[in-house]
Amino acid sequence: MEKIYSRTTTIQEDKVSGFCPGCMHSTVVKLIGEVLDEMGLVDKAVMVTGIGCCGLHMDYIAYDTITAPHGRATAVATGMKRTSPDSLIFTYQGDGDFASIGLGESISAANRGENISVIFINNGIYGMTGGQMAPTTLLGMKASTAPKGRIAEEHGYPMHMCEILNQLTAPCYLERTSCNTPQNVIKTKNAIKKAFKNQIEGKGFSMVEIVTSCPTNWGLDPLDALDFIEQKMLPEFPLGVVRDR
Amino acid sequence: MARVLMKGCEAIAEAAVRAGCRFFAGYPITPQNEIPEYFARRMPEVGGTFVQGESEVASVNMVYGAAAAGTRSMTSSSSPGIALKSEGISYCAAARIPIVYANISRGGPGVGAIQPAQQDYFQATKASGNGGFEMLVLAPSTVQEAVDLTYAAFDYADRDRNPVLILADGVIGTMMEPVELPPMKTDEEIAAIKAGKAKWACTGHQLDYANRAWIQPGQWNTQIMQQENEKAAALYASWEKDVQVEEYLVEDAEVVIAAYGVSARIGKSVVDLCRAAGKKAGLIRPITVHPFPYAAFDHINYSVCKAVLDVEMSIPAQLVQDVRMGVKGRCPVETCLCSGGNIMSREAVLRAVDAILDK
Ligand SMILES: Cc1ncc(C[n+]2csc(CCOP(=O)(O)OP(=O)(O)O)c2C)c(N)n1
Ligand code: SF4
Ligand SMILES: [Mg+2]
Repeated sequence: MEKIYSRTTTIQEDKVSGFCPGCMHSTVVKLIGEVLDEMGLVDKAVMVTGIGCCGLHMDYIAYDTITAPHGRATAVATGMKRTSPDSLIFTYQGDGDFASIGLGESISAANRGENISVIFINNGIYGMTGGQMAPTTLLGMKASTAPKGRIAEEHGYPMHMCEILNQLTAPCYLERTSCNTPQNVIKTKNAIKKAFKNQIEGKGFSMVEIVTSCPTNWGLDPLDALDFIEQKMLPEFPLGVVRDR
Repeated sequence: MARVLMKGCEAIAEAAVRAGCRFFAGYPITPQNEIPEYFARRMPEVGGTFVQGESEVASVNMVYGAAAAGTRSMTSSSSPGIALKSEGISYCAAARIPIVYANISRGGPGVGAIQPAQQDYFQATKASGNGGFEMLVLAPSTVQEAVDLTYAAFDYADRDRNPVLILADGVIGTMMEPVELPPMKTDEEIAAIKAGKAKWACTGHQLDYANRAWIQPGQWNTQIMQQENEKAAALYASWEKDVQVEEYLVEDAEVVIAAYGVSARIGKSVVDLCRAAGKKAGLIRPITVHPFPYAAFDHINYSVCKAVLDVEMSIPAQLVQDVRMGVKGRCPVETCLCSGGNIMSREAVLRAVDAILDK
């Protein structure tokens, strides 16, 4: 019989997932592993994790990993890639990490065109610390630090990182995907593949922004969270390739 | 080897290059701009990398990344910039990543004064970041010593897998002196150093769950976190052997100056002036300000010593607290201080010595 699907080698079998049930971090971690397997890159891979729920899987992956201070993953990745050009260096960061505390590092690394790949998990909230407002929180969306919901006059508007980075000349690839449907999962996987391929080819800075759910802090069950992505998140964060060259 | 005339900051950078440093990231701040500027010119010549970071925070984290991938790496700054690096330094200490950094310190607190000062003693020796980690802190008092200590710092950092701090001041950083430079590490030596880190460095490993590189500046598990802290504490306790101190004419001294860095250099010239005039002065100069050479203060003859004079370019005095712990109440401890970017004057120290001797 032909084998058409197997488990990624990059996730240890005897370990328990640190993510909440229904959390799309798990989906993305699995996709990264599959891409590394398929591209034969497991032994070259180094993941620089931010601080946030992204750190919940370090325990059970099989490739090299280092934790950066909150927001500084692209700076850490810069130092690594510049001195270890043959390694595949990618960051894995949440929206608080990449778009709030680390905004300076994120934009600067993109502007230098660092030859790294960024996997950016946009779940519209600070998951790890319990549901505080993120730069990506939707208008009207409640957060523990915005109990009445995000108000434009007070908090400003959701930040669109793909479009912001698209103002820069250097980045080679910016795409926004989601994992709310099987089709979108496949598109996300292909986008991750492309971001890694760009790095191998020395094309410079790639970012995949993945619109994901945080059922726990959204206060929704995982299925309702899928609807929330479709109905609320995607109108604000339209999917698609923003830059590819 | 021939001596060359070099500015302190540039000499520090060249010593680092010769020690095999091949990655530097930094952000401009006076009085240490000559360090990044020198690396910007020099790194391309030796196949190394210089990055001007977008901030001190980014720079220290680039260095964390480069060192975590096995390359000897360095950053530098001055007082407020060092404060910004403190989280990154703490991460390096927690994750046991060897890096070297230099603080060419200035007057503080706040943005302070751009002129030389020694206002960062507590920050450097007691808490360079959160979490109670410790580092070897080396305090040169000449440009030659800055070169030698920087060169050695990389070996210490690799030996311990821990950050090492060069604590200098704007005088050492900006003055020119003739120096003898240490030998240049060959490309083969540098490659061998990097290869020695291959097991733990994050550069990619064969698929093998147990042996991947996992650099962890923290732990979810409290038991493991405690064990890591215990291992670190054992490392710090082993540094007794690394204490460096200059003791100058201490044995019969009726007054002993305690000072480090440029203040010690001024203090030493005062000792010479005193001795020439028949006055019995001596000097204790910590070279490692952490670990501190407390035992040197046991060599003072307290039956003749009227006081120890703490000389530092800091108000309030900071070094004095360690000096008191060394003296243990066996004689009075007096201070001679200046601050704000004012450089310690020989006359002021001489007056303070005379005041003690005349008592
Ligand atoms: C310097 C610093 N500030 C704050 C924190 C606390 N903190 C940990 S995770 C986090 C938010 C993470 O949110 P996000 O990046 O969106 O990731 P998510 O958990 O949502 O995936 C914060 C504020 C920290 N660890 N370090
Ligand atoms: S808190 Fe949210 S982001 Fe974090 S693991 Fe749970 S569902 Fe996922
Ligand atoms: Mg988030």
